[in-house]
Amino acid sequence: MIVRAIEYIGSYIKGPVEMIGQIIMLFFSTLRVMLIPPFDVRIILKQMLEVGVRSLPVVLITAVFTGMVLALQSYTGFKRFGAEGLVGTIVALSMTRELGPVLTALIVTGRAGAAMAAELGTMRVTEQIDALETLATNPVKYLVVPRFLSGTVMLPFLTVISDIVGIIGGYIVTVTILGASSTTYMRTTWDYLEMQDIYAGLIKACFFGASMALICCHKGFYTKGGAEGVGKATTGAVVLSFMTILISDYFLSVWLFK
Amino acid sequence: MIELIDLHKSFGKLQVLKGVDLKIEAGESVVVIGGSGSGKSVLLKHIIGLLRPDKGSVMVDGLDIAEIDKKHLSDVRKKFGMLFQSAALFDSMPVWENVGFGLRRHTHLSDQEIKDISTQKLKMVGLVGINDIMPSELSGGMRKRVGLARAIAMEPEILLYDEPTTGLDPIMADAINDLIIDMREKLNVTSISITHDMASAYKIADRIAMLYNGVIIGTGTPEEIKNTSDPFIKQFITGSASGPITLEGTQYENRA
Repeated sequence: MIVRAIEYIGSYIKGPVEMIGQIIMLFFSTLRVMLIPPFDVRIILKQMLEVGVRSLPVVLITAVFTGMVLALQSYTGFKRFGAEGLVGTIVALSMTRELGPVLTALIVTGRAGAAMAAELGTMRVTEQIDALETLATNPVKYLVVPRFLSGTVMLPFLTVISDIVGIIGGYIVTVTILGASSTTYMRTTWDYLEMQDIYAGLIKACFFGASMALICCHKGFYTKGGAEGVGKATTGAVVLSFMTILISDYFLSVWLFK
Repeated sequence: MIELIDLHKSFGKLQVLKGVDLKIEAGESVVVIGGSGSGKSVLLKHIIGLLRPDKGSVMVDGLDIAEIDKKHLSDVRKKFGMLFQSAALFDSMPVWENVGFGLRRHTHLSDQEIKDISTQKLKMVGLVGINDIMPSELSGGMRKRVGLARAIAMEPEILLYDEPTTGLDPIMADAINDLIIDMREKLNVTSISITHDMASAYKIADRIAMLYNGVIIGTGTPEEIKNTSDPFIKQFITGSASGPITLEGTQYENRA
């Protein structure tokens, strides 16, 4: 009875534990091969273009509207007890600490992360990853390292832009639509925003970028079974990345803002 | 010289290779025949180190590639060229970059030099003027030829062919057979092919080995195989559904 129960539980946790192990091993082998020449600068730049530059329009639109709605809601809410002057602070702190990094990471996962899983998954099922190995090329170095680096490096850049654009969005709504004072918005933004808020947001962005890239590459790398497998890998990559980003966000916040 | 010694491989509870022994001399062309799911692809993947055996050795020029680390495996792989069943061309890059992939990774040649070599290798497989075309625009036969050009670009000593004629029309299949013979004569390579296409096997092989139930059940020259008295081999080469070979084990192939 007890053995059966353990077996039953084991059959459920074996898969996730194995996957976490594989992702951690992929992380370490990525770090290891990253330092060995040749350095694929051209491929890394191409990935940075894909992850960073091509995600920019969506990130901009999301950030500006997030800043706008944040300002709108907090202005009407705060007005009830006469604290509408703090809207600038609310927008700035929310964007830099939370919404900038988290929303950017979710968008990049949906756009570039899904593409990573689908591309690597297709390469796996069409034997292109095997072909890389037969051409004496380490697939982790050739495929994972550029994606890992571009995720880790580009996410903070996109987050900075998202922070700025979100604050501008908040300004537009507060000052030009709701008619509040421009000076108050600017002053409450700068007075209460600390460099640590921005740094912590960027550390989060780095972590999200790295984990998103690793998870999506892992899912692609271990794809099995044709077109359906590629579909499952892509969905799995996005879902797992989203969960990782949102769960780790809480723990990173506890650690970074204690 | 390549020697497989007592090669065992299982996927989960499924035993695919149960003690394969096979010796391939330098310059020889060996064809491994066997039914779908008999473990032919698994066998081929062991020779180039894409899979590691559970037990046994894969000796390539005296080195056991089942034992060596990744760095040395990568060096050994430079001796090999492999043509995949589906050609496995990199669909994100044009033909010349596919053919020159190994050169770009392992030499300091300029793009123009790589392009020139690519043109020359493509010419060897009968293709002209397709350097800048993307793989998705090529027909099945052309993809195989480009795959072959990529396999020979680094001037390997050993060429592996994974079902080289599968999925091609008979004329294109024969043209690929001619190319395989051609490669051997011009480049003096050792060839190992796996196939279930007997016409192809008879044409390209110096020696044919049959894989059945996880072991090599017989080897011989094409002539010897044609005249074999072994009921298993006889059934396979004549393509008869009735005989000692059962159709069990068809699930192996997906696991490879």
